[in-house]
Amino acid sequence: MATTAESMEREQKLEGIGCSRKRKEDPRFIQGKGNYVDDVNLAGTLFASVVRSPHAHARIKSINKAKALALPGVHAVLTADDLKPLKLHWMPTLAGDVQAVLADEKVCFQYQEVAVVIADNRYIAADGVDLVEVEYEPLPALVDPHKAMDADAPIIREDLVGKDEAGQGKRLHNNHIFRWEVGDKAGTDKVFAGAEVTVKQAMLNPRVHPCPLETCGCVASFDKVRGDLTVYITSQAPHVVRTVVSILSGLPESKIRVISPDIGGGFGNKVGVYPGYVTAIVASIVLGRPVKWIESRIENLSTTAFARDYHMVGELAADKNGRIKALRVNVLADHGAFNSHAQPTKWPAGLFSVCTGSYDIPVAYVKVDGVYTNKAPGGVAYRCSFRVTEAVHLIERMIDILAQKLDIDKAEIRFRNFIKPEQFPYHTALDWEYDSGNYPAALKKVMEAVDYAGLRKEQEEKRKKGELMGIGICTFTEIVGAGPSKACDILGVGMFDSCEIRVHPTGSAIARMGTQSTGQAHETTYAQIIATELGLPSEVIQVEEGDTSTAPYGLGTYGSRSTPVGGAATANAARKIRDKARKIAAHLLEVSPDDLDWEIDRFKVKGVPGQEKTMKEIAWAAYNNVPAGMEMGLEAVEYYDPPNFTYPFGAYICVLDIDRHTGESKVRRFYALDDCGTRINPMIIEGQIHGGLTEAYAVAMGQLIAFDANGNLLSNSLMDYFVPTAVETPKWETDFTVTPSPHHPLGAKGVAESPHVGGIPCFTNAVNDAFSHLGVTQIEMPHTSFNVWKTIHELGLDKQV
Amino acid sequence: MAKKHISFTLNGAAVETLVEPRELLIHVLREELRQTGSHIGCETSHCGACTVDLNGKSVKSCTVLAVQADGGEVLTVEGLAQNGQLHPLQEGFMQEHGLQCGFCTPGMLMRSYRFLQENPKPTDDEVRMGMSGNLCRCTGYMNIVKAVQYAAKKIQTPGGK
Repeated sequence: MATTAESMEREQKLEGIGCSRKRKEDPRFIQGKGNYVDDVNLAGTLFASVVRSPHAHARIKSINKAKALALPGVHAVLTADDLKPLKLHWMPTLAGDVQAVLADEKVCFQYQEVAVVIADNRYIAADGVDLVEVEYEPLPALVDPHKAMDADAPIIREDLVGKDEAGQGKRLHNNHIFRWEVGDKAGTDKVFAGAEVTVKQAMLNPRVHPCPLETCGCVASFDKVRGDLTVYITSQAPHVVRTVVSILSGLPESKIRVISPDIGGGFGNKVGVYPGYVTAIVASIVLGRPVKWIESRIENLSTTAFARDYHMVGELAADKNGRIKALRVNVLADHGAFNSHAQPTKWPAGLFSVCTGSYDIPVAYVKVDGVYTNKAPGGVAYRCSFRVTEAVHLIERMIDILAQKLDIDKAEIRFRNFIKPEQFPYHTALDWEYDSGNYPAALKKVMEAVDYAGLRKEQEEKRKKGELMGIGICTFTEIVGAGPSKACDILGVGMFDSCEIRVHPTGSAIARMGTQSTGQAHETTYAQIIATELGLPSEVIQVEEGDTSTAPYGLGTYGSRSTPVGGAATANAARKIRDKARKIAAHLLEVSPDDLDWEIDRFKVKGVPGQEKTMKEIAWAAYNNVPAGMEMGLEAVEYYDPPNFTYPFGAYICVLDIDRHTGESKVRRFYALDDCGTRINPMIIEGQIHGGLTEAYAVAMGQLIAFDANGNLLSNSLMDYFVPTAVETPKWETDFTVTPSPHHPLGAKGVAESPHVGGIPCFTNAVNDAFSHLGVTQIEMPHTSFNVWKTIHELGLDKQV
Repeated sequence: MAKKHISFTLNGAAVETLVEPRELLIHVLREELRQTGSHIGCETSHCGACTVDLNGKSVKSCTVLAVQADGGEVLTVEGLAQNGQLHPLQEGFMQEHGLQCGFCTPGMLMRSYRFLQENPKPTDDEVRMGMSGNLCRCTGYMNIVKAVQYAAKKIQTPGGK
């Protein structure tokens, strides 16, 4: 009989769930052997480069391609007129709107795609772009979303004039896209009318961009003889891309192969379908040659997928003790010129209604209006689930503002309002069912770790000396793992995910998933899940994703959905295999399947030491000796439709010091406790948290996609758009608690976006806290030194000796 | 455009090719010589994904003309491992989880390769400063610093590299 030490050793050798095993992806990446889209080198590849609009809003009077076409090495110049006969000059967006693939008679944002030059190489293509002559008649640009619904506002979308609907409900104005309301308006208004205390605050989640280090691109290759199309693409959701390409091109999905190879970061930037992809595909079909399109950094920051731009007004009603009675929120959402945000179809404001946060709020009402402006389209979930960063930002700022009004400590007010551990599963006022959580324990642990009381005392003393020190708290609840197909779909496809596992005769295995890693190390973590479930070493479990010809259909990776949905599919597929393995083991051992116990990597006959079959032995038998009537082989497929979302949470504290002469903020300490339920690979989780916090730091402290009054983009290079280096980036302290999800097969909840979602309000709360004793209630992000200095200067703090 | 013949040493081997005078080193490395380890992240010298070693200095090969490498010595990530043995930096990045998507990694490795020769026993802050021309969007840099320190220690150890 196995000793405990012996079985523990066997378990460790599997390197399964809970093991910080090194990543399987690393050997190729550290030796320059990754295979990213721009590395794909098909014989005879042509290069596509895009002619873009210099104006934010203008009519196109003429396009003259002659000089470009005369340039040796240029094969084609495509405009909207060329795409019209194919009905490809417009494409559907994931949000029910349409977007111009190439500008059709007018341009609606600066850098909009106007024409595409296809040439022998990228240099000639760029020369060709310079030779395309476009004559524009500039129109007044609409930049400020607050003016979008003015009576005299310029009409951005002439194609929608007369249509009272743009895919997401009734429109109230030519520049209006949708109005989305949720909650109990009358009930909320009533509570506000009779409330002891109310607070109201306008705040902005500014326009930012996910800016992964690899830009977007694709290589499209149409084989005219076979009639099939292969597309290598930087996509977080290759199966969805295949469906979209099929709908657009009329080719059956079986003739289209979409491959996401290694992807150099996504963060939401690589979910959508962009005009560059479509034009490369069209060019390849027309020319019968592979066509590569790789956007430059400037194109990336200018056109493919901004995030946020939520202009929010939050209101809380409470009693004198700070106990919240109601929440009311009004949002103006700037969606740019086309509504192409990537949300589940039925959710025009994504999952924003999770904005009641970690607090027990009896009644709430939210209204979101989406409008068009002369800016690039997008509204993607930048390292978050759909609009969850905005939601968490709102409630975490509002609770601080309430605390300030009532002069209650910012930690104390959270304890007074937390949903209590015994209230789970908890049904929120806006109709979400939180699966599990223990918020007070998390915050308490963090406060002890940083000596919160000591920090407040220090802050008080510093304030006496005129020094600025901020302590930010954020106790967020996230909603991830989209999602139950009854609630979530993309273009009508439910947001399930999938896994297919084949165990080979000698006890190694291959698994394929419908998700797509962009750096999260799926090859490692999924293998760990299978290792634990099947008792095979993770080392010999090969994980593949991203090739629609081999992987089962899945909705891809974003919104921290891989572990909650793909991970559940993986566990369940492995369990199907284990069920079959049990029957084979019973057959080999000549006992009933019920007489067997599963132990780490084998089935054992109950009460009969030594009578056992390892999974490796069973795998061999699956291919030569199975019970009568059983199919040979050892494989399974699972399409997992989650019963609910998962709700990871965390408690963060940020301590920063602000120089009252320069406005410079120095993050002294950032302590992040995350609860993502069961932890599969703690090393990878910690890495994800470091990365998410760094992106949160970037957003809170410096990132802004800015425009001038004419719609000219002011921040589309890495000179102007803040991406922190190792020098600015703070050092992170991480911690965790484990509250498993009751409905997930492994109890796991997902983690990668939590630090981004929770980190941003924590930083902004810290900066605001530094000024809260001076009566300041809201300083907007990004908290650059200059912006902070402006507050200091207005308050005259820089003049004090 | 008339092409120019250039020859240089790439990862210890002599190479020659014809290039346009305007062609950038990164494009010649990746497209002519098919060494795709070095990446293009910005084409404006900010991100460092294209960092290679040219004549004993770190350069961002997106803003070096290929003709400037004529007669020179270029080392890229593909040349870092020797005789099937990973360089201590490669080992460090793997051991300390210094990478996620891997896109910045070749540039990080090549910059730290040169940095550790400039400063063999750096403090953590010196590593951060020395690597500040290389952006990473995934890791938050803490594990990159650890990876470089792992290599620094290993290189200092007798029998290291």
